[in-house]
Amino acid sequence: MTELLRIEGARISYRQPGRGRIEAVRGVDLTLEGGAVLGLVGESGCGKSTIARAVCGLVPLDDGRVLHNGRPVRPLGLRRRDAEDLRIQMVFQNPYASLNPRRTVGSQITDGLRINPDRSAWTVAGLLGEVELERSAATRYPHEFSGGQRQRIAIARAIASGPDLLIGDEPIASLDASLQARVAELMRDLAVRTGAGLLFISHDLSIVRVIADDVAVMRAGEIVETGSAAGVWDAPQHPYTQRLLAAVPKVDGLGTLPG
Amino acid sequence: MSDSTRRGLAGSGSGPTGDGAVRIRDLRVELGPRSARRTVLNGIDLDVSPGQVTGLAGESGSGKTMTGMAVMGLLPAGASVAGSIRFGETELLELSPRRLNAVRGNRIAMISQDPTSSLHPMLSIQRQLTDHYRAHTGASKADARDRALELLDLVQVPDPATALRKYPHQFSGGQLQRIAIASALMCRPTVLIADEPTTALDVTVQAGVLRLLRGLCDDLGLGVLLVTHDLGVMSALADTIAVMRGGRIVERGTRHQVITAPEHEYTRSLIAALPEHHRPADGKDPS
Repeated sequence: MTELLRIEGARISYRQPGRGRIEAVRGVDLTLEGGAVLGLVGESGCGKSTIARAVCGLVPLDDGRVLHNGRPVRPLGLRRRDAEDLRIQMVFQNPYASLNPRRTVGSQITDGLRINPDRSAWTVAGLLGEVELERSAATRYPHEFSGGQRQRIAIARAIASGPDLLIGDEPIASLDASLQARVAELMRDLAVRTGAGLLFISHDLSIVRVIADDVAVMRAGEIVETGSAAGVWDAPQHPYTQRLLAAVPKVDGLGTLPG
Repeated sequence: MSDSTRRGLAGSGSGPTGDGAVRIRDLRVELGPRSARRTVLNGIDLDVSPGQVTGLAGESGSGKTMTGMAVMGLLPAGASVAGSIRFGETELLELSPRRLNAVRGNRIAMISQDPTSSLHPMLSIQRQLTDHYRAHTGASKADARDRALELLDLVQVPDPATALRKYPHQFSGGQLQRIAIASALMCRPTVLIADEPTTALDVTVQAGVLRLLRGLCDDLGLGVLLVTHDLGVMSALADTIAVMRGGRIVERGTRHQVITAPEHEYTRSLIAALPEHHRPADGKDPS
């Protein structure tokens, strides 16, 4: 059977002015099925966002393949995207930058609806309801909303197009701690309920533990450990994963210093 | 402020005394144009004592950063301020700009969330550490350099002598935050305002900076006002926690009280919003 997403031996490098090429992703294999959630965790610079961008075709691969429903994702160029590739949607870290400030929320969600193969799947009002926003939000502009609300709008817009693969690249990192779990759960529920697979990228293991089925831990361009989210959280095998988990501050009120 | 619980810890009585302490009483701040004046701080009482970390928790817009800014005398233009912020025997709100400059950066220092924007990109680390030190103390260039080396060593930046010649872009975020802390400590302040000091850092790097801050409190007797929305960081570092919402402190108490047995509904909702396996085991379930 063909997986929803299959990454095989991906290698990606960037050219840095004056410093040659740096290899951001060094031979990564990952798979994701429809209706499942894969958490990809790691620290700054480990290459996790580069993988997200490669899955959307935003960066070319040096080697290896990214297969979406068994078909290679075509790198984004000047030509129109293939209909198949439009079924991959991404929610970015910064909702202040990813929404168009000069267009109403409703019209931006309508953009998504327009490319949904199932024209009757959603309405703007229905989607706003799903992300717990007022129906009246449709006629307002992004600046009228808080960061958490904007990220809900970005999620609604991504879901509007009927994706079968949803990618969240640190979608909750710029939100208040008290909102993070809520927005992550909302994203997970919407993806799973519509049968889409979710690749959720985060540096926050405690959130990934709640919403992901499986987790892959990445370090310096390589995956060092994969397993079920609960398994990795409870019994990390790789020393790096153990260090990462030990560094998460515990909310125990005891003044326990992490690490 | 009838909704503030456990006032006894800092809300009334004499509070800390002595040179090293900051004592905020009934601080009120209003901002914005006359037509749309907003009260951003509505009667804040808070103490920062030597050797202690006072945590100020709350969500965006609750006023926690504004409280730190008020202590630094860095409120936006047009802000009106009432109440009292005493530093030792000095009333900070009554100081002339010149006298305030002698306190700010010298006796009370600040570090912010993003060290890449708080350090000047075009100045060497040596200048970032020594310019304000020499201005405040009149120290010679050589003495200032010695002090800078001592502090880079204290905050565990590897190879301090080489580091002094480098520029901010040559360091990682965690190293930069250590350098920002070193810069803040140059003039031997007794109070450090740390506004989301680890929010921009990776967890493993954050762990190191938290240990460093704890050590500075314990070893140097530094008083820290820790502003963060991250309850994990709060639980690790703060001795006492005040929870802010809408410009008021709604709950305060010891770290253990506030996190494991929150009394105010809002504090409970913050703790309930944590991922399930991440909540304190003996915390009350708000539902």
